[in-house]
Amino acid sequence: MNLLQDNFPTFLQGFGYTLLSSVIALVGSMILGTGFAIMQIVPQKWARKIGNVYVQVFRNIPLLIITFFFFLVVSKYIKMSGFTSGTVALMLYTSAFIAETVRAGILSVDSGQMEGARANGLSFAQAMQHIVLPQAFRISLPSLGNQFINLVKNSSILAFVGGLDLMYQGNMVAANTFDTFSTYIIVAIFYLVITLPLSYYMQHLERKLKHAA
Amino acid sequence: MEKAKKRQFGIIATIVLAAVIVLGLMWATATAKKNEEHQDTLARVEKLGRIVWGVKADTRLFGLMDTKTGISQGFDIDIARAITVQISKQTGVPMSAEFVPVSSSSKMQLIKNTNIDGSVSTMTITPEREKIIDFTNQYFDAGQSILVKKDSGIRSIKDMNSSKYTVIVVVGTTAATELKKFAPKAKMLAVQDYATGMQALKSGQGQAMSTDNAILYGFATENPEYHIAGKAFTHGPYGIAFDNNQKPMIDETNKALATIKENGVYNKLVKKWFSNVPGLDWHSLEAK
Repeated sequence: MNLLQDNFPTFLQGFGYTLLSSVIALVGSMILGTGFAIMQIVPQKWARKIGNVYVQVFRNIPLLIITFFFFLVVSKYIKMSGFTSGTVALMLYTSAFIAETVRAGILSVDSGQMEGARANGLSFAQAMQHIVLPQAFRISLPSLGNQFINLVKNSSILAFVGGLDLMYQGNMVAANTFDTFSTYIIVAIFYLVITLPLSYYMQHLERKLKHAA
Repeated sequence: MEKAKKRQFGIIATIVLAAVIVLGLMWATATAKKNEEHQDTLARVEKLGRIVWGVKADTRLFGLMDTKTGISQGFDIDIARAITVQISKQTGVPMSAEFVPVSSSSKMQLIKNTNIDGSVSTMTITPEREKIIDFTNQYFDAGQSILVKKDSGIRSIKDMNSSKYTVIVVVGTTAATELKKFAPKAKMLAVQDYATGMQALKSGQGQAMSTDNAILYGFATENPEYHIAGKAFTHGPYGIAFDNNQKPMIDETNKALATIKENGVYNKLVKKWFSNVPGLDWHSLEAK
């Protein structure tokens, strides 16, 4: 407990950066992921190909390598801090998984929905936006929730590139106080403070949408 | 019937799971307790006939993993070997030396957990660390410096005392704490190991890397466009570390260290590792 009191500002700063990185990566990966999910099912062959390559590349490379790529290679040409490179890597990595989840959701929407919408004069984009995607999101909500929780936990990758996040601050505190055990317990609790409400909220959302349907 | 069967299965599964968790916890507490009890390191190494040394794997000249053989090589490793031989002679118990790679941030915990018996890993003797573990007499004299690009115009640590500079350090080293005293305004970027630190320096994440001069010399040898700026601004000799209250082991090691310094083995190792380093007066490192 003393450990927590003495280093509270440090932990709090780390908590803030973890939260910030998670929120940015979550919003970004949601947009990117949905975009690439749609790209993978449009009629144009070349667009499908690009979407597929993107997903395969970022889904199959370890997050740590993507992070180090931005931190050590890209930053030679474009200046970016550890925080930025970690968050960007996290966003790209997660977006590949979200693309797969959303794509599966879209595919499980009965094809009659799209055909019906088109027959009623909606364009492909309009049908996607108003008819298919809302249903797809509802179907893929449980696995999206998993992705979000994974994203928060994966944000600990920032510690490896000096991203000032919770894990980084935890490492520093552990190194200064030599009390590894208590430090990491505290860090774990801070992560739970983010992930537990998130997971309850996703459950709540699922139930709500089930009733709506 | 079907329902009863299901319920039965549920009950059995719960009991088994609970039993596994309880037994696991019991085992964990028992192990933790055993480790907490005072274990005499010297008695342990004599009984097992081996000393497990924690050594660095990412530090040129001191402990660098040879990627072909998977074994660390360096001054620290050779010192550990020489001391193991010497302790065998002193105690009359034949002992072998084993090496486990440790990082700056993990070495203390590994000693406390008795995963390693002792650590020869470029470890600066500090009062804070002395509270948790025991140190032998110094086996190497070092001090903190900065490694910068040759054309950076930075001549010493004083030039870096500005928020526009970022200094790269490694988590768990004394460099981080010392830096706050000598360049309080400079930003600090802490990475996990020296190899990453050097890469980060090269890609411009910081303008300097700071740690002990002895370690920086290793990097300067490998990267000719970088050099050490200014004299060492701290004095922090390295010691061999053991768990707390290990007086018998510390005494044996100090005796062994004194012997190898006297009989010339130490100087031979200094020559082997440091005579080729440009810009380093390696004779100053020799035992007098």
